[in-house]
Amino acid sequence: MPVAIAALEPSLAFWVSFLAAGLVAMSAVVNAWGRYTGGLLVAPAIAVLVMMNIFPLLWSLGLSFFAYRADRQTMNFVGLRNYARALADPVVWDRLTTTALFVVLTVTAQMVVGFLLALLFSKQFPLRRYLLILVLTPMMLSFVAVGAFFRYYYDPTFGLVSQVASWFTDENFVLVSSTAGAVTAIVIADAWMWSPFVMLLVLAGLVSVPKHLYEAAAIDRVPKWRRFWFITFPYVKGLLMLALLFRTIEAFKLFDVVFILTDGGQRTETIALYVYRQAIQFNKTSESAALSYILLFTVIVLTNLYLYLANRRSTGVAE
Amino acid sequence: MSGLAARLGFARTSTAVDQAGWGHSAFAAVICLIYFFPVLVIILTAFKEHADALAVPAKLFPTTLFGLIPERLAFTPTLDNFVNVFSRSYSAGSEAQGTGFARFFFNSIFIAGSSVVAALIIGTLAAFGFSRHPLKGNDTYLFMILSTRMLPAIVVIIPVMLLFRVTGLSGTYAGIILLYTAFNLPFAIWMMKSFFDELSPDVEDAARLDGSTDRRVFFKICLPQVIAGLAATAVFGLILTWNEFLFALLLTGVETRTVPVAMSQTIGGDIGVRWGLLAAIETLFLIPVMLVTFFLQNHLLRGVTFGTVKR
Repeated sequence: MPVAIAALEPSLAFWVSFLAAGLVAMSAVVNAWGRYTGGLLVAPAIAVLVMMNIFPLLWSLGLSFFAYRADRQTMNFVGLRNYARALADPVVWDRLTTTALFVVLTVTAQMVVGFLLALLFSKQFPLRRYLLILVLTPMMLSFVAVGAFFRYYYDPTFGLVSQVASWFTDENFVLVSSTAGAVTAIVIADAWMWSPFVMLLVLAGLVSVPKHLYEAAAIDRVPKWRRFWFITFPYVKGLLMLALLFRTIEAFKLFDVVFILTDGGQRTETIALYVYRQAIQFNKTSESAALSYILLFTVIVLTNLYLYLANRRSTGVAE
Repeated sequence: MSGLAARLGFARTSTAVDQAGWGHSAFAAVICLIYFFPVLVIILTAFKEHADALAVPAKLFPTTLFGLIPERLAFTPTLDNFVNVFSRSYSAGSEAQGTGFARFFFNSIFIAGSSVVAALIIGTLAAFGFSRHPLKGNDTYLFMILSTRMLPAIVVIIPVMLLFRVTGLSGTYAGIILLYTAFNLPFAIWMMKSFFDELSPDVEDAARLDGSTDRRVFFKICLPQVIAGLAATAVFGLILTWNEFLFALLLTGVETRTVPVAMSQTIGGDIGVRWGLLAAIETLFLIPVMLVTFFLQNHLLRGVTFGTVKR
């Protein structure tokens, strides 16, 4: 093994040794608690996560207190100045507003469409298996292709959307030329891509409803909408909340589709795209680190608030 | 596979749902086709020549069906785009050159495949550990692992880039595979733990009484019962890593570039996008993940719920 390590590139050899040392140290630490097997089983997972997630996260936190650019060597401690500057920047607030708008619109659209699709698939019908795959396909497409081809569909001359629009209006239809149009375009693309995910979650809830409840309700002649509201909905609610949580977290990261579709034009630049630009194109490394920590903090606060509300509600129902 | 799933009660999709009437079935079929339509257009575009791809009105039919469909709505399918994906001439009259796409496809398969397999192995071991040999502060660990999944990628991208630059992992297979493994791990651990938790411990206890070692219990008794979970985890991990763009864009080199990144570089400017070519790339790129999803479909429903629906 040591020979094999020596044959690798020096930097890679460093990493292999680091990983091995990390594993040994980790399992040693966990073993100290007296649970030999458990520690050993968990150690590799913890090591990978520490190396690729936790360590970069701490590094990023450290950087955010310095004035540092990736293209220069100097590094000066500035305390909280990066955070103060980010919070005072009207551009940042503007991007946050844009992101919030996207979160509300895309998540709402996904929940509604996903729920309706799930209702459609909650019954058995011929070719269901194959049709389900057709509906799931958008989720499997690459963001790049979705962005590019929605640009193709929205194209003012040969785009399908514009061609359909030309049946109704004589004017040249350019969807992405205004802010409202561009936002609509992105929301449609993103909602189309991720509604199937919500559908899968809701569907799992729908098929878990015990049949005898419906049979009992049918005997008692409970109206259909009441059956839905009092039998179906409680079974789906938990999963719907989970879908809401997952999709909200994801929507906060909205990047790829915007990047390809409008590249942030027409005031559609999301905070993720803004941070990307600051960090990668302008090399404002530490400033964007501070900004991303503000973003992370926002997501964590929102998530916990949401989980708190969801828990309080579900225990309230149980009582 | 489906027999096992049914025995364990996982294949509820086919057993627990009502039969729909003809109206519902027809309606569902129409909605599905409408929903699939944008993908269908991409696939059709892959078979079009450049002029046909830009035609107004759009040519949506690959055949005139013996004159049933007007000539101006039909196009003649061509396989040129698929050939051009792998080798084409960059200027008029010059020799066709390899585009490197064979390599990019290999990279995508290799990177996504390795990281999913790695995440499955490491994640299943950890999940078994968390489930059967709880540590002190087990729940805290589990919550921390889940919360790494909530992070906006952009938070870690700067330090990960610096880290990769310093350690020379930038542009290597090892680096990107390690990173994607870390992406997939939280999901794998949570998912597999929920499966292990649901197994009845009686059988394991019986086996232990008969003198089986921990290792035997894991491989011979537990693992065969959680195949559904492994399948679902694999599908979701695959969908996530297969299409990942941001990290691949920043952390892969010429040698290790994945298809989404190469695809974005094919797009080029607003004018002169080769739609047929782009569509051909995406069509080829879609096939593997669609096939895998189709064959593992029965396990998907359960997988997506993170084990929150108890039987």
